[in-house]
Amino acid sequence: MLSVFFYLFSTIAVLSAIMVIIAKNPVHSVFFLILTFFNATGLFILMGAEFLAMLLLVVYVGAVAVLFLFVIMMLNIDFNSLRTGMIKNAPLGLLIGAILLGEIIFSYVGMRYGVAGTPGNELFVVLSKVENTRAIGNVIYTDYIYLFQCAGLILLVAMVGAIVLTHRKRENVKKQDAVKQTLRNKSDSIDINEVEIGKGVNNV
Amino acid sequence: MYEISLTHYLILSSIIFTIGIFGVFLNRKNLIIILMSIELMLLAVNINFIAFSTHLNLIVGQVFALFVLTVAAAEAAIGLAILVVFFRSRGSIAVDDANSMKG
Repeated sequence: MLSVFFYLFSTIAVLSAIMVIIAKNPVHSVFFLILTFFNATGLFILMGAEFLAMLLLVVYVGAVAVLFLFVIMMLNIDFNSLRTGMIKNAPLGLLIGAILLGEIIFSYVGMRYGVAGTPGNELFVVLSKVENTRAIGNVIYTDYIYLFQCAGLILLVAMVGAIVLTHRKRENVKKQDAVKQTLRNKSDSIDINEVEIGKGVNNV
Repeated sequence: MYEISLTHYLILSSIIFTIGIFGVFLNRKNLIIILMSIELMLLAVNINFIAFSTHLNLIVGQVFALFVLTVAAAEAAIGLAILVVFFRSRGSIAVDDANSMKG
């Protein structure tokens, strides 16, 4: 029964991955990418990695795909001119892809990943004593704490970098400048003049 | 019914990885599709990590898949930011137009 789900998820994943790269409209590409990730989530659950499955949904479908959609929709890009040369590039890509795929599958089929102590070859949910999320949490907060912190730093750097790259100063925009406001004092903002009667003020 | 083994998952991930590489070749001009192809390749890598993690009954593979996910998210954010800046300065996202550093 589980193998039916494997073939279902993997078939849809592969087909939608193909649609990602050949779709005419990049918005459709993003939607097919989301479909691919949904099916990958199903595969992760079949393998017993529930935490990563949910993380894939939250991070990819919730954040990255929406980011792609925003960029595609907000930039006014002429996508038709970008599709020229697809037919010309296809044979080379197909050749290289076929060679690579053949090599990888050849090495997989030829090898046996038998490891002493692991029973059989069956690849489904491992019924361990702790839940998947707890098992990951037990490891990343102890053995891999530095790597975990490092991952957080990478995200911080990415966030700062993205803001720095896309931020731009626009001219003619009236904006409050807090530093300028707090640094001014009475002597350079107020000027007291003795105004003589009948002369008026002319040195403002 | 056939038994699903590690090899099935590995072949699936290699197919998705190859589709990603083919996508880079097919859409040589469209930077957005190239970024999406890279996401596909990273997904294939994650499938590999988790398949081996389950097969060997070690949780470490899933931890590394988590890190791959983190780096992929950071890469997408930075890549799209660079794309936006590039589009502002050039008015197009064709890879061929990225030649201002050519000597």
